[in-house]
Amino acid sequence: MGNYYNKAMECATLYEMEALQSFRLSQTVRRVYEKVPFYRDRMIANGVSPDDIKNVNDLHKLPFVMKQDLRDTYPYGLFAAPLDEVVRLHASSGTTGKQIVVGYTRNDLEIWDECAARALTAAGGDKTDFMHVSYGYGLFTGGLGIHGGAEKIGMTVIPVSTGNTARQINIIKDFGSTLICCTPSYAMFIAETMRDMGISKDDIKLKAGLFGAEPWTQEMRHTLEEMLGLKAYDIYGLTEIIGPGVAFECEEQTGMHICEDHFIPEIIDPDTGEVLPLGEQGELVFTCITKEAFPLLRYRTRDIAVLSREKCSCGRTLIKMLKPKGRTDDMLIIRGVNVFPSQIETALLSVAGSQPFYHIEVDRINNNDSLEIQVEVSEAMFSDTIKSMEDVENAIKRAVESVIGISAKITMCGPKTLKRFEGKASHVTDKRKLLD
Amino acid sequence: MLIKQLSVFVENKQGRLSAITDILRESGIDIRALSLADTRDFGILRLIVNDVDKAYSALKSGECLVSLTDVIAVSIEDKPGGLTEAMDLLTQADISVEYMYAFISKSAGSASVILRVDDNKKAVEVLSAKFKLLTQAEIAV
Repeated sequence: MGNYYNKAMECATLYEMEALQSFRLSQTVRRVYEKVPFYRDRMIANGVSPDDIKNVNDLHKLPFVMKQDLRDTYPYGLFAAPLDEVVRLHASSGTTGKQIVVGYTRNDLEIWDECAARALTAAGGDKTDFMHVSYGYGLFTGGLGIHGGAEKIGMTVIPVSTGNTARQINIIKDFGSTLICCTPSYAMFIAETMRDMGISKDDIKLKAGLFGAEPWTQEMRHTLEEMLGLKAYDIYGLTEIIGPGVAFECEEQTGMHICEDHFIPEIIDPDTGEVLPLGEQGELVFTCITKEAFPLLRYRTRDIAVLSREKCSCGRTLIKMLKPKGRTDDMLIIRGVNVFPSQIETALLSVAGSQPFYHIEVDRINNNDSLEIQVEVSEAMFSDTIKSMEDVENAIKRAVESVIGISAKITMCGPKTLKRFEGKASHVTDKRKLLD
Repeated sequence: MLIKQLSVFVENKQGRLSAITDILRESGIDIRALSLADTRDFGILRLIVNDVDKAYSALKSGECLVSLTDVIAVSIEDKPGGLTEAMDLLTQADISVEYMYAFISKSAGSASVILRVDDNKKAVEVLSAKFKLLTQAEIAV
């Protein structure tokens, strides 16, 4: 049994949770129907009225909201609170298209802080901790989201933001940071820089890290834990819903608990839109039931996940989502096979001595898809004979092939020749997109 | 008697070799011998230099992937058949050669052969009976 930030909510019975969700859902649906023409028009077009949504089992009657809807109503078309009630705006980076903007009332920020505080508490944090925030501050939700949660707990917050990695490391060492949050790829960059600076994990006090904003693998978790001497926790969030803290890992680390008293999750078949039963893999959909300014209903995240209500040893009853393999946007179709970059990372890191510095290049040559994985050679992999180098190359090739089922060309690259990331990593270049 | 060879990873990109030799020039390193093994994608540059430690740290701080390898430097008379005798000794002792390269010594009449074998101890034993093995200091001169 661990520590909870809000035991009543985190350990509620299913009956209590569903009653609360039903009440909040019906209230929210009624409110957005009255306040937001977009929802009213959509519901009318689908023949649904607020009276039809009495409890969580009615959720499926509501139409979906897609990312494109957010763009079409840009900037404030989906806001359900008057703009003078809105105290903060955040925006998504717009890497997959036009940027989107979201707003928070004072109460929304309270909810967000609480969700982040739950995540930090589940990772073993309390008011005695020094919270090193290496997520970017600004329109990106990462930095300010964790910041708020940590302050709510009463931690000592170190708002470093991203960049200037050597300075970050000196701060971790000198200020005695005990918790850190950033993207897993930036954590890897910090670990690598620390090694170059001759600072060992014993010289620092980090005990836990909350790494999110991009999919990562168990192998990456082990590498980070080993290099930084901490326990690595996954944290999930998205700008459209609230930011980091939508879901978080407890010490059991068999999925992330969703703050379902605020965000109801569903898993749907991405092709038919049909709701799938618990345990089946599909696209994750969220409905916000407490937010005032930007309460999305049935928002399709394009993240792939599985939901589980299996009893968790941490005592929390909050539903768990199994780590998304990646976004449907990230999925590559190579020679007709679905490939997620995270699968390639898993395969690569299963080979001894390999590091999570890689780049995936997909191309189409003579009407055939080609897959090339550029891998940085580590000291452990390097040898003075071609034979042993080719053995390593073949081991990676076999590992990749056994995971994704198609063959890849492995290209060995020199140290630090591949790009390092301070924010979200981008591991793929799909040259076919330029051809289409 | 073994000497240290520098082995450097060379990415198959234009300018990579000159980047490495630039680092060595900047730190005033004299190259005694070298060989480059290459595949389609990458190469391994093997170097015998006058100052191993200095060259190693210069390459390391220049972000090169470099390692030290124990090799044998054999001094062989510069005449037909000189090398065969050494090879025969290794074959008889069942020692495999991973790779080798040679260079003419500054001292007249002899050549030096760098050998990377699968069993250094045994190779030193059989070779030193008939040949002069060079020390790191002798190579550095």
